[in-house]
Amino acid sequence: MIQAVMVISTQAKPRLLKFYNFQPPEKHQDLVRSVFQLLSARPDSVSNFVKVDSIFGLGTKMVYKHLATLYFVFVFDSSENELAMLDLIQAFVETLDKCFKNVCELDIVFNFNKLHTILDEMMLGGQVTETSSEQIMKSVEEIERRYYATKSSPR
Amino acid sequence: MASTPPAPAVAPSLVDTLFQRSLNDLVKSLRADPSAAGEAAAVARALSEIHREIRAPDAATKSVALQKLAYLSSLHFAPVGSHPLAFAAIELLASPHLPHKRLAYLAASLSLHPASLSLLPLATHQLHKDLSPSAGAAHQQHVSALALQLLASPAAAAAPDLPVHLAHDLVPHLARGSPRAIAAAARVIAASPSAAVPVLFKPLAACLASPDPRASTAAAAAFCDLSAPPADATPFLPLAPDLYNLLTTSRSNWALIKVLKVFARLAPLEPRLAARIVDPVCQLLTRSSAMSLTFECIRTVLTALPAHDAAVRLAIGKAKEFNAAADDPNLRYLGLLALGMLGPAYASTVNDCRDAIAKSLGDADTNIRQEALHLIMGMVNENNVVDIAGMLISHVAKSDPEFANDILGAVLAACGHNVYEMVVDFDWYVSLLVDMARTLHCAQGDEIGRQLVDVGLRVQDARPELVRSARTLLIDPALLGNHFLFPVLSAAAWISGEYVDLTKDPVELVEALLQPRTNLLPISVRAVYIHAVFKVITWCFSVYVGRLGDSGMAMDVMFDRLAADQTVSLDSNVALGSGEEQDIGASTVRKDPFSHESILYMIDLIQTTVGPLINCNEVEVQERAHNLIGFVHLVREIQELNKRKVADGDEPSRLKELVKTMRTVFCQELGPVSVNAQMKVAPPDGLILNENLVELAGMVSEDDTTPSTSIFFYPCSRHSVDTRDEPAVSIGSSSLSEHRKRHGLFYLQTGKTEDEPSDYPQANDSLPSSSNNSVINDDKSKTAELVFAGKKSTATKSRPKVVKLDTEDFLSSMMPSANVPKEDPLAGALRDVLLGSDAKALSSQRASDINLEGMLNKTSSNESSSQQIENLGSYPASRSSRTTSKQQNHDKEKGTNPRESDGKEPRKHRSSGRSGHRQGKHKHREKSSTQPDTIPQASVIQDFLL
Repeated sequence: MIQAVMVISTQAKPRLLKFYNFQPPEKHQDLVRSVFQLLSARPDSVSNFVKVDSIFGLGTKMVYKHLATLYFVFVFDSSENELAMLDLIQAFVETLDKCFKNVCELDIVFNFNKLHTILDEMMLGGQVTETSSEQIMKSVEEIERRYYATKSSPR
Repeated sequence: MASTPPAPAVAPSLVDTLFQRSLNDLVKSLRADPSAAGEAAAVARALSEIHREIRAPDAATKSVALQKLAYLSSLHFAPVGSHPLAFAAIELLASPHLPHKRLAYLAASLSLHPASLSLLPLATHQLHKDLSPSAGAAHQQHVSALALQLLASPAAAAAPDLPVHLAHDLVPHLARGSPRAIAAAARVIAASPSAAVPVLFKPLAACLASPDPRASTAAAAAFCDLSAPPADATPFLPLAPDLYNLLTTSRSNWALIKVLKVFARLAPLEPRLAARIVDPVCQLLTRSSAMSLTFECIRTVLTALPAHDAAVRLAIGKAKEFNAAADDPNLRYLGLLALGMLGPAYASTVNDCRDAIAKSLGDADTNIRQEALHLIMGMVNENNVVDIAGMLISHVAKSDPEFANDILGAVLAACGHNVYEMVVDFDWYVSLLVDMARTLHCAQGDEIGRQLVDVGLRVQDARPELVRSARTLLIDPALLGNHFLFPVLSAAAWISGEYVDLTKDPVELVEALLQPRTNLLPISVRAVYIHAVFKVITWCFSVYVGRLGDSGMAMDVMFDRLAADQTVSLDSNVALGSGEEQDIGASTVRKDPFSHESILYMIDLIQTTVGPLINCNEVEVQERAHNLIGFVHLVREIQELNKRKVADGDEPSRLKELVKTMRTVFCQELGPVSVNAQMKVAPPDGLILNENLVELAGMVSEDDTTPSTSIFFYPCSRHSVDTRDEPAVSIGSSSLSEHRKRHGLFYLQTGKTEDEPSDYPQANDSLPSSSNNSVINDDKSKTAELVFAGKKSTATKSRPKVVKLDTEDFLSSMMPSANVPKEDPLAGALRDVLLGSDAKALSSQRASDINLEGMLNKTSSNESSSQQIENLGSYPASRSSRTTSKQQNHDKEKGTNPRESDGKEPRKHRSSGRSGHRQGKHKHREKSSTQPDTIPQASVIQDFLL
């Protein structure tokens, strides 16, 4: 299963954190810090896989993608395929791109809820439930439509 | 708390509501001051605001506050007391208003904490309602999706009651084939197998056969997750037909990957499975264009189908293609990873691409380098170890410090594995160790030093080369500045002292050990250096005296000159200009190390350089310096005595006696000590180890003036200590020896027991002492047997004997029993449900389980018993070697050095533990792959196979 999804800026600020295995909240900051240390030490144009047994426990691996000012990080265990996870990051980024029309870091900073909505459409409890970015975008738009439709009346 | 909306709170919250900051406002305010302090202040302000707002009776205000709180706790690690957040979230779960509900679910799934689990039962009813199909039809799907999300969140997984109450609500969703429900069901089963399996397992299994590809994909992923390694995959064997169906028909790469993963876990359990899936897997391997699927096929073939040669070759070919992908480091990395999965049977295949792998050692990517190193270490055997180690060491110079040390560590571990079983030529290995120590970034000094000493102890034939190499290390003053090398230098000094009779030039050795830069060494190493000098000078003296023979006149001449020189040397002790004198001396004594001049020169050198260390405030150094100087003084004092009583003719013989005695102190060979040696020493009758410890407490608090004679601990230690300290006492600086006399039992036993035999056998002494002969008689073959494992020999050069203790296999022989898989709760629950409900599966499943368990027990007991047989088999041989060594040991004095063996013990223990672990793992793998061949063919999945 996927154990964690992280989006961390190149300034070491977390932009999205979701853990699918319980991690005590006090530890979150340390996890982000150690992951960022690993990532920032890696030059570009090297492989995207890192073994992270010391951070997330035995047998865990991390795959990441460095795009513009953000690192997209998935942490997973032996039940996932490395290249499939890399594709999944690609799918996630494409979906963000579609949902925000040329996504940039500010979109991610200011859309905490929508980001979680997109991620939740994509996976649940660490299991991938949908990989097609069109499908995800459609569901997210529908949710937003309902959200605004209901929101307009009470406020 | 906010559970009862209090009336007075309305007034402030109305203001709050009107002017409440939204999440966007909060984000902006946080970004206004990006400094850490500014951000912390903004967070603190926002938190106090939120704590007020969250108590508002108005759901809108509350939901915005909740949203802000969730944001702060998630991304700014705000220390949120879990209760206010959790309670507000659960309160809002019931909101009829969809956006509020959505926020509440998000906040709950992000931040529910096992500490707040007491609140989760409050949510149970709401979850039940949101999951039930009767809710408002329009929003139903969205609402249930939210509920499933929460159900699968990690906090909910820790709540024991939730799955019990809600498992039934999942069933209709599973029947619909909703991927979300399937994923949630997998989490619920994993969290609470006993409660959830009876309800959810069958609907979940039905989803595997669902015509909806999304459902079958999700179900495959769910079973893949549930059968992941810590769990036992056996209960999933009955799913093989459905999985096989998916494997052959599915078009989804995701589904295929997951199915392959499950099969890779099932194939070792059911031998007929491998033959069945090998064709479809190979087809996928050749046909698929998706790299992820190709890689999964390679992994499946290499890990689970090693017996199918054609498939393995195909997979290796693909892996090599990955390897050759010049533009994609990910593929190169995974290609190496795949080659690393190959078992030893295909070592030659991996060997074929050695050049390509070696090239990867220089890759810019650390992953690739590490994996290449791992692969190369995997193909090392005794035939190519020289080539590979040489190639790796040449790579060390080109690598960055971190990787250089990884390489050195890997080479040391591989060569030292199982008592150097791969090393044939120890002269080569010794020079390799020295080369490693001299590489630029070497930080492996500890291990190199340990192995140098260890090789010295175990391999007699390597000692001349060791002494030569130690010399080159010791005479190089540049090395004394490198603190990583201190352990290596310490080992080199110890080796030169211990095997001094193999050295060519003891004078040079003494000079090297006493060179001025040795003051850069840490205390412990310095002490070793001084002790080595002691051994060297003792040996030189004994050779010298032996050479003089019985010629009393020559002896007298020597004494006269010794005495004459003493005054000079004492002067030079004070005078700083003694260097010139030494240089002149050095040039004259070079020719013959055992000439009178050489001895004098060495003694003078010792007095000049070690003399000042008598006042060193580090006891280790001080003590060694005392010993050494005391010995030198003793030699001279005898002569002074001789002068006064001219008539007494036996002084020369007393000197000879003394030199001989000192020499015998050091001449017993030290051997390796078994990890378990201490355990096997039987305490003598009447000694209760714990009884007297109470009195020690009083001792510790008292000051040093109290004599400690009341405690009977080491009956002979004080006496032997006294004899040893004789020189120190004689020169008058006796505070240390006073202390030692008074508190002898706190000092390590010196082991120098020539005067009376100790009741305790030496740790590495196979000779039982007289008093408890009968007790040890049974154990003696086990205590410290030396097993000569010189069985391997190659055509080119025969391997020297390597001393190996039988008990060093102890840990590895323990491993197999620990590897027998334990019953895990998931497997148990699955078995229960399968036994309870499905009559057809019942008999077959149970039969297979019993067979499997019986099989496991049998293999493990077989293994351990064969291990025992091996050990027993080694006893007779070792016993005969023991009797011969007994004779030798009788002649020798026991002169072991407890300090060194003490220092080595933990390290040795660690290394043998490591090797044991590795062996155990290996064994486990072997077991799981061979086991199916002998398994009675259970009719587990007959419908599928027939």
